[in-house]
Amino acid sequence: MSDGTKGTGGPQGGGNGGTNGTGGVNAADGTKGPNGVNPDKDLNAQNLPGQRGDHGEVIDTRRGMFGASGGGDTSGYGGLVRSVRMPGATSRPYGGWFDEVADELEGALDEQGLVPENVIEKTVVDRGELTFHIEREYLPTVAKTLRDDPALRFELCTGVSGVHFPGDKGRELHAVYHLRSITHNRLIRLEVSAPDADPHVPSIVAVYPTNDWHERETYDFFGLVFDGHPALTRIMMPDDWQGFPQRKDYPLGGIPVEYKGAQIPAPDQRRSYT
Amino acid sequence: MGLEEKLPSGFLLSTVEQAAGWVRKSSVFPATFGLACCAIEMMTTGAGRYDLARFGMEVFRGSPRQADLMIVAGRVSQKMAPVLRQVYDQMPNPKWVISMGVCASSGGMFNNYAIVQGVDHIVPVDIYLPGCPPRPEMLMDAILKLHQKIQGSKLGVNQRQAAREAEEAALKALPTIEMKGLLR
Amino acid sequence: MSTSHATPRETTEGTVYTVTGGDWDEIAAAAARTDDERIVVNMGPQHPSTHGVLRLILEIDGETVTEARCGIGYLHTGIEKNLEYRTWTQGTTFVTRMDYLTPFFNETAYCLAVEKLLGITDEVPDRASVIRVMLMELNRLSSHLVAIATGGMELGATTIMIYGFRDRELILDIYELITGLRMNHAYIRPGGLAQDLPPGAVDQVREFVKKMRKNLPEYDKLATGNPVFKGRMQDVGYLDLAGCLATGATGQVLRSAGLPHDLRKTQPYCGYEHYDFEVPTADTCDSYGRFLIRLEEMRQSLRIVEQCLDRLAPGPVMVADKKIAWPAQLALGPDGLGNSLDHIKKIMGTSMEALIHHFKLVTEGFRVPPGQAYAAVESAKGELGVHAVSDGGTRPYRVHFRDPSFTNLQAMAAMCEGGQVADVIVAVASIDPVMGGVDR
Repeated sequence: MSDGTKGTGGPQGGGNGGTNGTGGVNAADGTKGPNGVNPDKDLNAQNLPGQRGDHGEVIDTRRGMFGASGGGDTSGYGGLVRSVRMPGATSRPYGGWFDEVADELEGALDEQGLVPENVIEKTVVDRGELTFHIEREYLPTVAKTLRDDPALRFELCTGVSGVHFPGDKGRELHAVYHLRSITHNRLIRLEVSAPDADPHVPSIVAVYPTNDWHERETYDFFGLVFDGHPALTRIMMPDDWQGFPQRKDYPLGGIPVEYKGAQIPAPDQRRSYT
Repeated sequence: MGLEEKLPSGFLLSTVEQAAGWVRKSSVFPATFGLACCAIEMMTTGAGRYDLARFGMEVFRGSPRQADLMIVAGRVSQKMAPVLRQVYDQMPNPKWVISMGVCASSGGMFNNYAIVQGVDHIVPVDIYLPGCPPRPEMLMDAILKLHQKIQGSKLGVNQRQAAREAEEAALKALPTIEMKGLLR
Repeated sequence: MSTSHATPRETTEGTVYTVTGGDWDEIAAAAARTDDERIVVNMGPQHPSTHGVLRLILEIDGETVTEARCGIGYLHTGIEKNLEYRTWTQGTTFVTRMDYLTPFFNETAYCLAVEKLLGITDEVPDRASVIRVMLMELNRLSSHLVAIATGGMELGATTIMIYGFRDRELILDIYELITGLRMNHAYIRPGGLAQDLPPGAVDQVREFVKKMRKNLPEYDKLATGNPVFKGRMQDVGYLDLAGCLATGATGQVLRSAGLPHDLRKTQPYCGYEHYDFEVPTADTCDSYGRFLIRLEEMRQSLRIVEQCLDRLAPGPVMVADKKIAWPAQLALGPDGLGNSLDHIKKIMGTSMEALIHHFKLVTEGFRVPPGQAYAAVESAKGELGVHAVSDGGTRPYRVHFRDPSFTNLQAMAAMCEGGQVADVIVAVASIDPVMGGVDR
């Protein structure tokens, strides 16, 4: 650390350093910071570490540092509040073949008399992957279009994965589909959401028969009801099982393990970092 | 056979015990109860390199009615538990159980909603075999230890006496959590 | 008819006899007396021929299967849920136990997904990728050997089982040398590998390739031209390309229908684009075609393993980022595991910051930026996909495995219905489902 360029540097500055460290001294006189970056101007520059901002979509808020609530959090971080943000909607151009697929899909939906903006909630490009968030009632239409349109031709569905976001109010349950096009060698992701109070998503077994077991599995673990599925029954758990075990509000169900003179609680009961 | 169960305690019974134990241990028929990873190691044990046939037990029986040893090889899920018990009940007496691997013995790393935390909740276990999965050598070691146990098993009145003593000892045993000292 | 073995029960569809054990002739005789009875045979979940704890529910008419259904879930382990309570690094220990015959594929797929989430896909060192590829190809060999061995055993050919397990032992010796374990390795970690190859590993792998080249033709001699084997396998378990795509079948099932779809070629990962190998296909759509593809894939895997050995260049096996690279400094101790003594001396004696860093990384783990990623590898059985979701924490928020065994097993009904009861075993064996992967 060179002398006093940042607030956190000197031993005397320790008290207030953390909060105004990034702004402060350098920006006032317009000089460049130690990395050759002017923090005032280049705040959004790619070369800065990830900033806590209002980008993305809040799906949850976290308090404290430790996962288990009710346990003695003596760390002093109990008042820490963080929001969990998923990557938000992307605007065009998406880059690469993503635009082509998006154009074709929107065009094909147009041809069927649908308004693409109503069907596709948002499009997310993140980590080199294209995700269409679809309004749930249009899912079979979109899937059929993606499968049959010669320019899209996503022949292979790799099943559905359920995700439960209890903090994402009104859209707690997500069903995530990955579609692979062998013809064009592409992979896209469809995501639909349903509220906990009305956990219904239309089934796409009629379009992709391979989703038969996958939808049963997601129903089994998350309680997502796939309307129109030929036989939506439990597949992994015993038929008389209560609850949907992989939802976030379902406990892990472990038992404390006894050792000589000690007892270790189940993994979900332990104090741990999140 | 049943006749040996009615012999009076004494020299005759202990001789029959030894003979029966020797015969029984020399030709144990395991039931195939492969569940998960351990099942592969169990099959390996039966295959060429480890050659379980050396101990007179290369014949894994598909039908539990022809078997007297159940090697529970792998994690037992809640859904599998009733099936496992039924297979055990179908085996004729005398019968033994080896709980192969940590998952069968105690649930192991899968301390969760899906796995029975130890197959001893469902069937009585004679040998617990640790490891994830245990090596074939370990399985053979467990089998040889079981052979010793079978050789020393009692019959008739002696068996009932032994069962009583075992129960008394179990009732007196200190729970794990109250034990002190090193993990041994 | 009512015996102690068959208890009658009145239902809306007529009298139902439930049979467990006992005399099959009596049931057959009773079925012959009344011609409208359906016979539903429950096979498994504990049956020597069902390839694990798979339950088959077959409705039969004489020897013909009119309807076939699978009952699965008898090995459901809740691994996906367990992952959510462990750090990202500890996750490999769990995923390796999913499909226990393809541990390296599970680990690689999981690590590729985590690396994608972290955005360090390109920073994984070359040496780590080459070793990953080598282990995956060895794993393809060992998995196919078990598939052929147990498949043969289920057909009644116990000799081929002995052969398969004999050669698999050679591969397991290599695993043991490299990772310390015969199965369930947890050797591939997010960012690279747990540790470098031990001395002597390269020589042993070379030796193995030589030996395996010699042993592989034995399978041809034993099985490929064997009329009984061919009679049991040919035209059994038929599934054409349309059926494969509809049921989502990948791997040998898809390639036996003639489509050379292999993720190693179409969507290369771990540097597969640099290797020279072929994707074998068949046009017979049947079990025999799948068997031949497995044999040919083993030869191709040997080729790739050899190329890996040539490509191995000295270098690191873990990303340079010390905030991710865990365990901090592994070295082989006298007990066979542990941190290097030099590293312990440094963190305990001279650098408190290093000690704090080590402690934080080991107890807390690294944070993964929020988002989701899908990574897929061509496992020994087909497309193994991992959908990983992070909420920015040190533990996975959700990890879902799209296991090829699970998806391919759906095709069982399409392959078996209309065929003979004995052919069901052949069809299931040709899919090669591993229940650990199906049920997870």
